[in-house]
Amino acid sequence: MGYSLNFSVVWRNFDKLWGGLALSLELAVISLAIGIAIGLVLAVIYVSGGRFTRMAIAVYVEAFRNTPLILLVYLVFYGLPQIVDIRYDATTSFVATLSIYAGAYLVEVFRSGLEAIPQGQIDAGRAIGLTPLQRLAYVRLPAMVRISLPALSNTFISLFKDTSIASVIAVPELTWGAQWINLNTFRIVEAYLVATAMYLVTGYVMLFGLRLVERRFQVARNA
Amino acid sequence: MHEPLLTIRDLKKSFGRTEVLKSIDLDVGRGEVVAVIGPSGSGKTTLLRCINFLETYDGGSVRIDGAEVGYTEGRKRRGERALARMRAETGMVFQSFNLFPHLTAAQNVMLGLTKVRRKTKAEAREIAGHWLGRVGLGHKAEALPSELSGGQQQRVGIARAVAMEPKILLLDEITSALDPELVGEVLEVVRGLAAEGMTMLMVTHEIAFARDASSRIVFMADGTIAAEGPPVELIASAEANPRLFSFLARFRASHF
Ligand SMILES: Nc1ncnc2c1ncn2[C@@H]1O[C@H](COP(=O)(O)OP(=O)(O)O)[C@@H](O)[C@H]1O
Ligand SMILES: [Mg+2]
Repeated sequence: MGYSLNFSVVWRNFDKLWGGLALSLELAVISLAIGIAIGLVLAVIYVSGGRFTRMAIAVYVEAFRNTPLILLVYLVFYGLPQIVDIRYDATTSFVATLSIYAGAYLVEVFRSGLEAIPQGQIDAGRAIGLTPLQRLAYVRLPAMVRISLPALSNTFISLFKDTSIASVIAVPELTWGAQWINLNTFRIVEAYLVATAMYLVTGYVMLFGLRLVERRFQVARNA
Repeated sequence: MHEPLLTIRDLKKSFGRTEVLKSIDLDVGRGEVVAVIGPSGSGKTTLLRCINFLETYDGGSVRIDGAEVGYTEGRKRRGERALARMRAETGMVFQSFNLFPHLTAAQNVMLGLTKVRRKTKAEAREIAGHWLGRVGLGHKAEALPSELSGGQQQRVGIARAVAMEPKILLLDEITSALDPELVGEVLEVVRGLAAEGMTMLMVTHEIAFARDASSRIVFMADGTIAAEGPPVELIASAEANPRLFSFLARFRASHF
């Protein structure tokens, strides 16, 4: 009851939050980029692959989508170096984890995008003599990008929020910045309120921007 | 010599346990326009799709210019690249247009020209412009399919197919997804191609058009060719062919 808000210590240490936000965005963007690469390659392999490859990919997707991210983060950072001879700092470890995690989601996004393309368009590509690779490059992938774009934006925003989990292995992103202020000043409410506001504002700005991009593509698809 | 351009012999095709094509024999000569009619489900689409190997078949042969389309002489399935090369020799126009939605009208026509025919962008653009002009869409080159009417989309579909200079053009009920007032503009384009000597095999429900534009009509029923002949003779023979008679009876009132 006796707690009165005092934001001045938060402003004095604002660089921790500001730098944290920048790192959070960086983690999300890099993980998204790697996740897109993983997702694209595996989705293409999935739709053109045999039973065994499909099963292997499905196992990866299910395993990573159904495990709490925080456990994966612990496993990769603390567990993996115990088993195999590998060394990395917390940030690298987290990017690797989040990328593989994002990949699992994006395989699904791209796979369903690829499978949603009307057979007639693929037939049209075959009929003019395109090879399978050409059909993929000029017919299927462009159509898939349009279909997958909304899900891709949502994934990006989720990833941005998921970066807060990196704080558990002391990656100095936004949530960690708030924790630092809390531990050093005991202004717990102020620190977390400001961090929350920063997540919200950034998330909404991204959502708004991505919807604009989507709309441009949408116009091209069914105006 | 004077061998037909397209030779189909004993063609058989089943989907699971349903026999969809039961020993089809059909020849189409160079410059000939052959119409295929028949009730829905009789195998017309499947026949066309076997000709450019969009569908594999279980027996018999399909030859264009003497070469089997889908299989090597030892009846091994051709590799994908060889198949693609063979398919480029046949043009196909679809009932549902199937334009590439992310490409403009011109780009739809250019894709095969640049990627399959290896034309430069400039050459392809010129050819696309020529054919779009021919189908009356010179002014719509930069339009996306979604900005075009059904009739216009289908004319782009025709331009896309003929720009590849195929040996034969396969048309599958190309007007049946169109509003009645748009049918005429598309048939006019086909008539023009026929007049120029394009070899065509066209599935159609436009009996009057089949009668006027084709040199031969093939009537399919239950996966077989139940009757065939020059339009006037075939239609006259319907009195003696109950299946053909009942099929044509549905059109008589409206089209004759
Ligand atoms: N991909 C397919 N799988 C299973 N059955 C099919 C497939 N395509 C066509 N059929 C069946 O084959 C028969 C002939 O179809 P189709 O060639 O489309 O006839 P038409 O074009 O004369 O209407 C129909 O009974 C249809 O249901
Ligand atoms: Mg059909």
